Amino acid sequence: MKKTENILASSVDTDALVSPDTIIDAQSGSLVDLKSSEPIRPFKVKFDDAELIDLRQRILATRWPKRETVNDATQGVQLTTIQKLAKYWANDYDWRKVEAKLNSYPNFVTKIDGLDIHFIHVRSKHANALPIIITHGWPGSVIEQLKIVEPLTDPTAHGGIIEEAFHVVIPSLPGFGFSEQPSEGGWEPNRIARAWITLMKRLGYNRYVAQGGDWGDAVTELMGVMAPSELQAIHTNLPATVPDEILGALWTHQPAPATLSPDEKKAWDQIDFFFKKGLAYAQQMGSRPQTLYGIEDSPIGLAAWILDHDARSYELIARTFDDKKEGLSKDDILDNITLYWLTKTAISSARLYWENKVVFFKQLGVKIPVAVSAFPDEIYQAPKSWAEKAYPKLIHYNRLEVGGHFAAWEQHRLFTKEMRAAFRSIR
Amino acid sequence: MKKIKTILIITLVGAALALQGTITNAQGPSHSSSKMDESIRPFHVHISDAAIMDLRKRIMATRWPDKETVVDQSQGVQLEKLKELVTYWGSRYDWRKGEAKLNSLPQFITTIDGLDIHFIHVKSKHPKAMPLIITHGWPGSVFEQIKLIGPLTDPTKYGGNPEDAFDVVIPSIPGFGFSAKPTEAGWGLERIGRAWDVLMKRLGYKNYVAQGGDWGAGVVEAMARIAPSGLLGIHTNLPAAVTNDVGAVLGGAPMPPEFSEKERAAVNDLRNFLHNGGLSYLVMMGARPQAVSYGLTDSPSGLAGWMLVHGGFDKWSFGKDPKQSPTIDDVLDNFTLYWLTNTAGSSSRIYWENRNMSLISAVDQKTNQINIPVAITVFPDEVFRAQERWARKAFKNLIYFNEVDRGGHFAMWEYPQLFAAELRAAFKTLR
Repeated sequence: MKKTENILASSVDTDALVSPDTIIDAQSGSLVDLKSSEPIRPFKVKFDDAELIDLRQRILATRWPKRETVNDATQGVQLTTIQKLAKYWANDYDWRKVEAKLNSYPNFVTKIDGLDIHFIHVRSKHANALPIIITHGWPGSVIEQLKIVEPLTDPTAHGGIIEEAFHVVIPSLPGFGFSEQPSEGGWEPNRIARAWITLMKRLGYNRYVAQGGDWGDAVTELMGVMAPSELQAIHTNLPATVPDEILGALWTHQPAPATLSPDEKKAWDQIDFFFKKGLAYAQQMGSRPQTLYGIEDSPIGLAAWILDHDARSYELIARTFDDKKEGLSKDDILDNITLYWLTKTAISSARLYWENKVVFFKQLGVKIPVAVSAFPDEIYQAPKSWAEKAYPKLIHYNRLEVGGHFAAWEQHRLFTKEMRAAFRSIR
Repeated sequence: MKKIKTILIITLVGAALALQGTITNAQGPSHSSSKMDESIRPFHVHISDAAIMDLRKRIMATRWPDKETVVDQSQGVQLEKLKELVTYWGSRYDWRKGEAKLNSLPQFITTIDGLDIHFIHVKSKHPKAMPLIITHGWPGSVFEQIKLIGPLTDPTKYGGNPEDAFDVVIPSIPGFGFSAKPTEAGWGLERIGRAWDVLMKRLGYKNYVAQGGDWGAGVVEAMARIAPSGLLGIHTNLPAAVTNDVGAVLGGAPMPPEFSEKERAAVNDLRNFLHNGGLSYLVMMGARPQAVSYGLTDSPSGLAGWMLVHGGFDKWSFGKDPKQSPTIDDVLDNFTLYWLTNTAGSSSRIYWENRNMSLISAVDQKTNQINIPVAITVFPDEVFRAQERWARKAFKNLIYFNEVDRGGHFAMWEYPQLFAAELRAAFKTLR
């Protein structure tokens, strides 16, 4: 008991952490779910200095290609931008800060379906807090959610009220971050969704909600489709709302239907751009992830690959390295890239695209209550009309003025507000 | 003149010395700043020991991912296979031998359209030899063609007749190998094709033929559309023979009833290849070449892993079959050339320059504008096996069509004598 308490005491209320079905194994100091024989083991992030030194040496020894032959980002991450990133990464960036931040929260690992799953679990001090499981995507990680942990768990200190409190569970996807890397095929979004249901059960939550964007959306919506009785509602910031006939028309390069409303037309144009110009990385990772040896061996190769996720995100990130202080900071961006590097998950994470059978943006048929926040710089800003068709129980829809693909990370205040509003009717 | 002769005597084979008349300008400094400089300067490959050591060091410091989660190559090049290859690359492989292969051939640089173009130029000893320009593709280089030079220039030594002889010109595409890297956009297929015509004329060839597969096919088809005076015909081993009816089937339309079994098999194999992500590397380089290039430029294993995903290597034994050409050293010569010339990024831009079009689509390559003679050889393991009926629809002046019994995407590298025999037969009527 002592040992576990020491590990946890710094940041959480230990009593609140232990759910009614959970006891602490006296011998190992681990949390044990009575309904399952699998322990929940405390976890700390700690990388050797040698690994950080090796990373720095590799960045400094980078062998560069020639500059792109255009004056914009149309050939991909521009040399000047990535060289600024490299300079900052090697000289000024300090991984230990985010490591300490991660370790300031209770981290755990538990085996589900044969795989060790890492998660951050922060309980609110408010007894009636709503449990929520939040899932990141690619090229994200639990780092995307760090800024919303405190506002969600401790609303009264962050402009909210007691009734808006959440107990927060933030897992790393299999093959990502500190979760184990699957050594065989089969870990597609449905299997992950089932694992998350098991995780929440193991934590003793019999009434909870789920949230996600990017791959987190796929996992969250599939949980919604499975609709276990404990899952009350979901929230998504990259909802899969595109009607089949619209998707079909986009795939076959037909002109936009004249009947589209202005919001629908904006979404059409965004998806059309993404399919034509922005999907290449996903096709590459979806078909030949193992070919990306270069991003496992080269920090700059990895950084460029991650930065190139989508055109709008790249713009938002690139401006940071041009010293425009908006949205994400240099440290934010490098925290996430360094996490991929140190955990050696560039390729194991890419395999999710290879495993996946979910069609991007296609309605999945979620019948439980769904809340949607549509950010303008997301890959596409889902129109309300499509969201209403996709989700028969749409409990919240908001079209925001700012924010992109990494909304929780980039616009954490807005995102927190959205989460509070989204689930108000569920509590 | 003395100086140049000395250089040439060391490096040129046989009658290539006859070229000396055309390279008198080469005596001056080879880095003339004049855009009108049409000199043809002898070129010799020499990479510093430091660059080779650095490559070895990086190879030995490779940071590997975990093993693929399948037991086949469906996720890309398998970890164990690549590790073994890369270990050999960093220990026993000797670039100096590859360099010597190049330097045993007469190589030159000349400035065309503002860019230094590198090429191998071997003249036959037979006076009536037919001038031929051969263009490589990606992930290839002039190394692909080296084994073809003997049979083409010296046919009598390889079972041919003096009447079969070719003078051979093998350039490096801009951004590849020892050619200069374009610093601005605009080097599409037609611009390369026009540069090749300038090159052939500058070498004094009034009449010539052109050959290409992969991007080389796109280049020679562009040349055929332009039809500069003196271009007698082209040969391609990756023709743009996907006609509209074939394209429709690839897009999901039902198979036309008139398609034969053989045609059905060819279109089905291509469709499966495309559906299984066989061209994802192409999509990525077409969309974001610069994003790809960082990892490939900084990581030798990244470069090798990326190139080996090309369908042309599907049947390559990774050197396990010592009788197979290309050998492990051949393939590593090619990868090392990309590495040492730092052309992973600049070469991938050819996909960006030519994005949104397919090399095998008759419509995209505007084959209906080609009036000059076209010859085609189909190799059975090529990604796309062109069928004669389609080829005749795509190319109105098809003078030669043959399907051979072996060979794939890198046919001239794999079966140089067979390939040479095809070129002899293909161009016979144009001599």
